Amino acid sequence: MPAADGPSRAWAVGPLHAILLAGTVPLFLGALLADLAYWSSAQIQWSNFASWLIVGGLVYGAAALVCAVLSLLRASHRGGRAAGYTVLLALAWATGLWDALVHARDAWAVMPAGVVLSLLATALACAATAIGLAGLRAGVAR
Amino acid sequence: MNARRLSLLILPLLVAGCGTETGEVHTGPSPTLPKPERGLLPDMVIANPAPWGEHQPRVPEGYAISAIATDLRIPRQALVLPSGDILVAEGRGGNAPKLKPKDVIAGYIKAKGTTSVESGNRLTLLRDADGDGVYELQTVFAEGLDAPYGLALVGNRLYVANQGALVRFDYRDGQTRASGAPIELTPLPSEINHHWTKALAASEDGRFLYVGIGSNSNITERGMVAEQDRAVVWEVDAATGAHRTYATGLRNPTALAVQPGTGTLFAVVNERDELGPDLVPDYLSSVREGGFYGWPYSYWGQHVDERVRPQDPDKVASAIVPDYSLGAHVAALGLAFSTPAMGPAFAEGVFVGEHGSWNRPNPSGYKVVFVPFRNGRPAGEPVDVVTGFLGDDGRTRGRPVGVAVDPRGALIVCDDLSNTVWRVTPQGARRTPAAAPPAPEQAPTAPPTAPDGD
Repeated sequence: MPAADGPSRAWAVGPLHAILLAGTVPLFLGALLADLAYWSSAQIQWSNFASWLIVGGLVYGAAALVCAVLSLLRASHRGGRAAGYTVLLALAWATGLWDALVHARDAWAVMPAGVVLSLLATALACAATAIGLAGLRAGVAR
Repeated sequence: MNARRLSLLILPLLVAGCGTETGEVHTGPSPTLPKPERGLLPDMVIANPAPWGEHQPRVPEGYAISAIATDLRIPRQALVLPSGDILVAEGRGGNAPKLKPKDVIAGYIKAKGTTSVESGNRLTLLRDADGDGVYELQTVFAEGLDAPYGLALVGNRLYVANQGALVRFDYRDGQTRASGAPIELTPLPSEINHHWTKALAASEDGRFLYVGIGSNSNITERGMVAEQDRAVVWEVDAATGAHRTYATGLRNPTALAVQPGTGTLFAVVNERDELGPDLVPDYLSSVREGGFYGWPYSYWGQHVDERVRPQDPDKVASAIVPDYSLGAHVAALGLAFSTPAMGPAFAEGVFVGEHGSWNRPNPSGYKVVFVPFRNGRPAGEPVDVVTGFLGDDGRTRGRPVGVAVDPRGALIVCDDLSNTVWRVTPQGARRTPAAAPPAPEQAPTAPPTAPDGD
């Protein structure tokens, strides 16, 4: 009976996928906050923190992206949400990479591009995560 | 020389690299300073090491070069002793932690362009007893040092600048082995030691020692606090070890030398990276007492470096313009005043050892040049003296570091890639007599301090 393919079988991320995906948010957000602290204090350690947090965001993001692509390939029917989520996550990751390269500059050369890119990466990671996890609702997902 | 190869590979970059046809000037008192630029990735072209094999460094017509010591453990600086013996400081220092992901990656890449030999942490003595130009004795003079670099002899005292302390040995002519452990004259700033080399020169009267202490970062990316007592030249009282800051704002003063006759202190200084292939010129300059030379706030006088926060307009206004550009990223690491015994072409001026670039698409340096002097000041274009370290095939066979001048007419060049010491001698005009006086004692007219070879 085709009813099993109804809303209860909608595309949803698995637990590991969810952890990796959600991890990008605090990591990029942490980088943004550290960048803002460097912006206001010129204390270099904040910039160092930001650099590593971005790398963390890239590691989590890359793993989440692999999960996303795999689940997209495996999905029985590819809804617009799954594809849109994957594209957003890829955008967040690319922005994060750009941000990482900017953060490889020395001292204040990170500014102002670094803080702008961290903001963008955070926003994209938030959006990707919100859409990606939207399928996980009580009584809906398994 | 290898412009054709480069034009095939990196045609767009070539325009920025060689400036002669565009009217740009890279060397001398007024170099062209382009706008700072930094792409998303820094330019990194790392030396691609290869053994010398059949190759040899090239020297001008009328000169000969030979390897007088091989299998050393990272030779950096040499000192010609009054007896003609040569001391070589060997080692590698620095303990800078990797603070950013960039440090991990860049460190890995840069290490590919240097030797993998273990740090010697010692002084090796070379001796040519019969004056035939072959240094048949190669023996360890002292070991257990901590990345020794600068060397100076004052009378019977041999000073060695370790990366963390200035130490002293007793020395008498003919000695081949230090008579005991060194005595510490003064500790030197050694926290982090991003730039660890401690250059050394003695004043003509031997009362003072000048120590070059490099910055703790490229451009303050390790924080301002780490720059306390960095990017300075210290003047150390040779008797007491007391020091005062002699000059500031010299990013990495990698070699110091006192000009014979005038007593003026000269330095070669490595300037900051990541502002583009033609910024910032490394330079040769006299060092004025109390002078500020820009780092970190500005370069080449009043050119503000925007990467530094907080900025300091007053310091920028006071920055001295250096005397003479050697070209950006050449990495000058050796400095020695010449003598007329080196032949008429090199009678008055300095030799400069250029380790070679990494932060430039079109490599610069990788040679020893001569900067002619007139009336005691640098005058005229630098002249290539020893080349061929970077071969036409793109392989790097050696990287010059310290240079020293033997007053009998020889240029000594340390090469820390092939772990060799080279000796360049003028031919014909002055052949080393086979039947030289048995004990070539130093002529009494020569200054006893002989600070020519740090």
